[in-house]
Amino acid sequence: MKKKILVWGSTILLVLLFVLGGIVYKNQRTKKYGFMALENASIFVRGHSPTFGSDDARVFLVKFTDPACETCRAFHPYVKELMKHYPGKIKLVLRYAPFHDGADYMVKILEASKKQGKYWETLDIMYETQPYWASHHNPKPQLIWKFLPQGGLDLEKIKSDMNDPEITRIIAQDLADAKTLNVRKTPGFFVNGKPLPSFGYKQLQELIDSEVNLSY
Amino acid sequence: MTRADKPSDYNWTIIFICWLIASVSTLGSLFFSEIMEFPPCALCWYQRIFMFPLVLVLFVGLFPFEKSVVRFALPLAVVGWGFAFYHFLLYTGFIPESIQPCSQGVACSDTYLDLFGFVTIPLLSLISFSVLVLLLFILKRRLS
Repeated sequence: MKKKILVWGSTILLVLLFVLGGIVYKNQRTKKYGFMALENASIFVRGHSPTFGSDDARVFLVKFTDPACETCRAFHPYVKELMKHYPGKIKLVLRYAPFHDGADYMVKILEASKKQGKYWETLDIMYETQPYWASHHNPKPQLIWKFLPQGGLDLEKIKSDMNDPEITRIIAQDLADAKTLNVRKTPGFFVNGKPLPSFGYKQLQELIDSEVNLSY
Repeated sequence: MTRADKPSDYNWTIIFICWLIASVSTLGSLFFSEIMEFPPCALCWYQRIFMFPLVLVLFVGLFPFEKSVVRFALPLAVVGWGFAFYHFLLYTGFIPESIQPCSQGVACSDTYLDLFGFVTIPLLSLISFSVLVLLLFILKRRLS
């Protein structure tokens, strides 16, 4: 009888420690990133980072993204919807975390399209056509060229602009910041510096709701 | 099993301690991967494959005390120890990284945790497996 109490007691204790440890760890992590956002905001938003939304917005949604990542693709319309829900209150900041094979090729095209003022159109095209060029077993980033004319892009200009060493530097900087912020999976979201408590649509919406309520 | 049988109580306690070590190791590794979100590398997975079942196998051997549990637990612990030892050598640089098995994703020699300058995840794993092998081996000797 004593043995049973010992074993079950240990089990309950260990599980409790695990759960409590998890809660403490996540709280500390949130605090740490909140502090980093205050002290060193440039880790979250670099000068080169593409942004979308009003300059007066008080809620910064930072998204570490990969053009070849399916989950980023799935979140793309959802983030747009969230921004529409709070017009003028959210500013989206895109950071690159091209973890997939061939993804940095896409980032280069994307950055080159910025010079033609077609950044967001190009991003839409990439996500829309992602299933064609981003197969995991056989990624074929070259296939994107077929779809780019839809956005009215000057392809020749893209081809020369995308080899700008500045873009390589941007990718390296974003990857370094991703590492600092412990982003190992995409998309990695931060709302005013706070990471998602756990991954999911609902969690993102709740975090944005609470940050909008805090800021307005 | 007779009541208040001293040697048998010792044997039970050894299994209980082994179960405790396996449980702490299992929850610890889950904490690293699920809460702290360190991606487990291939070698970590092989060690997990041999650590996780020990929790259940040893638990079943506790109620009622079943001495043959050593026969089932020891092979798991020994093979797991082999992976842990290999991983430790790789980590500390005794084996060059070029011959390690995982090329994509996470390198098995990446450092994620470094307490007091020397406590790393592979070291923790090696300690767990070493103590498990030692205790189970002692128990096997006692029973034979």
